[in-house]
Amino acid sequence: MSALLDVRALTKRFPVRGSERRVHAVDDVSFTIERGESVGLVGESGCGKSTLVRLVTRLLDPSDGRIVFAGRDVGVIPPAQFTHAPERRLIQMVFQDPADSLNPRFTAFDTIAEPLRRLGTPAQRAALADHVAELADLVGLPRELLGRFPHQLSGGQQQRVGIARAIALRPRLLVLDEPTSALDVSVQATILHLLAELRDRLGMSYLFVSHDLNLVRLLTDRVLVMYLGKIVESGRSEEVFDRPAHPYTRALMSAVPAPDPAARRARIALVGEPRSPIDPPPTVCRFHGRCPDGVERCTREMPVLRPGPAADHLAACHFGFAVGAPAQGSGARRSGGEPAA
Amino acid sequence: MSAVPLLSVEDLSVEFRTRHGVVRALERVGFSIARGETVGIVGESGSGKSVTAFTVLGLLPPAGRVTSGRAVFGGLDLLTASAGQLLEYRGRELSMIFQSPRTALNPIRPVGKQIADVLERHANLPRARRRDRVLELLARVQIPDPERRYHAYPFELSGGMCQRVMIALAVACSPALLIADEPTTGLDVTTQAGILDLLGDLSRTAGMATIMITHDLAVVAERCDRIVVMHAGHVVEQAPARTLFARPRHPYTARLLASTPRAGAKLADLTPIPGAVPDLRGETTPCRYRTRCERAAAVCDRPPLPREVVAPGHVVACARPL
Repeated sequence: MSALLDVRALTKRFPVRGSERRVHAVDDVSFTIERGESVGLVGESGCGKSTLVRLVTRLLDPSDGRIVFAGRDVGVIPPAQFTHAPERRLIQMVFQDPADSLNPRFTAFDTIAEPLRRLGTPAQRAALADHVAELADLVGLPRELLGRFPHQLSGGQQQRVGIARAIALRPRLLVLDEPTSALDVSVQATILHLLAELRDRLGMSYLFVSHDLNLVRLLTDRVLVMYLGKIVESGRSEEVFDRPAHPYTRALMSAVPAPDPAARRARIALVGEPRSPIDPPPTVCRFHGRCPDGVERCTREMPVLRPGPAADHLAACHFGFAVGAPAQGSGARRSGGEPAA
Repeated sequence: MSAVPLLSVEDLSVEFRTRHGVVRALERVGFSIARGETVGIVGESGSGKSVTAFTVLGLLPPAGRVTSGRAVFGGLDLLTASAGQLLEYRGRELSMIFQSPRTALNPIRPVGKQIADVLERHANLPRARRRDRVLELLARVQIPDPERRYHAYPFELSGGMCQRVMIALAVACSPALLIADEPTTGLDVTTQAGILDLLGDLSRTAGMATIMITHDLAVVAERCDRIVVMHAGHVVEQAPARTLFARPRHPYTARLLASTPRAGAKLADLTPIPGAVPDLRGETTPCRYRTRCERAAAVCDRPPLPREVVAPGHVVACARPL
């Protein structure tokens, strides 16, 4: 069976005002999400995560590449017409800040009912109240709170409303954009459990966007690490987190604070600023300059995603799967025959 | 810990008058911090962390009222100090950095000028030397190309960069105490690590004491000497960092630890804290965690809330500690 979402060589470039130059926000990104699979997308702000999400949810037009959802290329449908496409209801999103993403003048009931009213089947619209009550039960929102406005709900309750709205149309793919970063840890744990339960119950696939690697590991089967518009590493979550191959992934992991003072670890500090995403030179590794392992070769030859020893584990680094410290020339072990991208 | 702490907060209670009644936001809060020490204040939203900081700095909004307690800093009770005295202390001896640097900075003034303003007000520095000092400060908080950034407006800088400017502003006069209110919330993990490293370096090299306010236990675990855990306006536990994480004694601290994701954990290991921070309007129970606590018993309703010293420097406010 084909994957639920198959993204091929997806590229998005934004024009820079008053010039011919382009911001390469998403550059030649390919990945798949299987049915029922949870995929994590991690990276710093500015790495293109949000642009990628907006392309997949069809809020933006790709510059190049294909977005195949359930066998159909939805990338060619203009955003304005996507509203009427049958795929529209099957791709839904949960936003980062529930307070900002709920209409302050809508009660919880209206917020959850909105997608049913707009895109639901006639049967769903006829039994609207029943459907909304059922959704509230599903996300653990007490029914008596359905008449409340967002400001009368706690952060956790608000996010439950946001999740109920997103699953109202029984989507196949749910995009979760930092769904718990605005919540307290105690509430975060509840919401994560809820998301895991809903996925198993409704058979949804998740694209889970976060910069908190500990969370991504908890909720995902596979993970994509993005840096400056490119996927630099991907693989099964345990594999990537236990044996990160790309120096950026390693730096990212070492930056996550551990809730344990006894576990003070050596941190890989990234120096300097990220390279500019405006017309980056095509032969220079995007991480070069901040990379602790960078050598001269990294400026001549853009590393491409290459498989490591474990199935499905890819890293775009000349020295990614090399044994030991990636010293000068240790990448020669793996003869880099591929031309620069 | 030295005999005389740098800041000693004792028995601090704060109320807010609201349309819906009086909220007892802080009740008999007490903790102290020594010179050069880093103390973390941790708790959920609504636990009173920020109110504590604002009260100490005399920045409580008009609806708030201090009903008891002292906050002694260098022999002066900040709570009874005159507005003029506070103006002399804030910015010079006591500084604060805020959660959202972009909104805390003046959006229509170049960041270099904003730092120069602090120097003009508090530092005894000739005008001609100010600019050099600002450039030094920008370099000290590791802002690349300080000459150019001097003239940058906050919107031209990234979130992490703005927070570095805030830190430069706060440490411009080498304060003895810096209060950092959620200094890294909303920043990337790599940026967060950089900011926390910077704060650590500054406190080590300048002997600056730091109070780090956060809801994220992981942030304070690696960086703080001592941790104060707050819940619903009470200090429920305080202890040296290692002790607190190795052997929490208050049931709330234990639940907070269990709800924090750690590397290698499974989703099943992550347990939420039942219930929510209680309503603090009107009369409250002696222990404000009682309704959420699985160890609650009749003894918990007997006032006053006990404060037991279970080990040197380790205080637990619980009738039935773990």
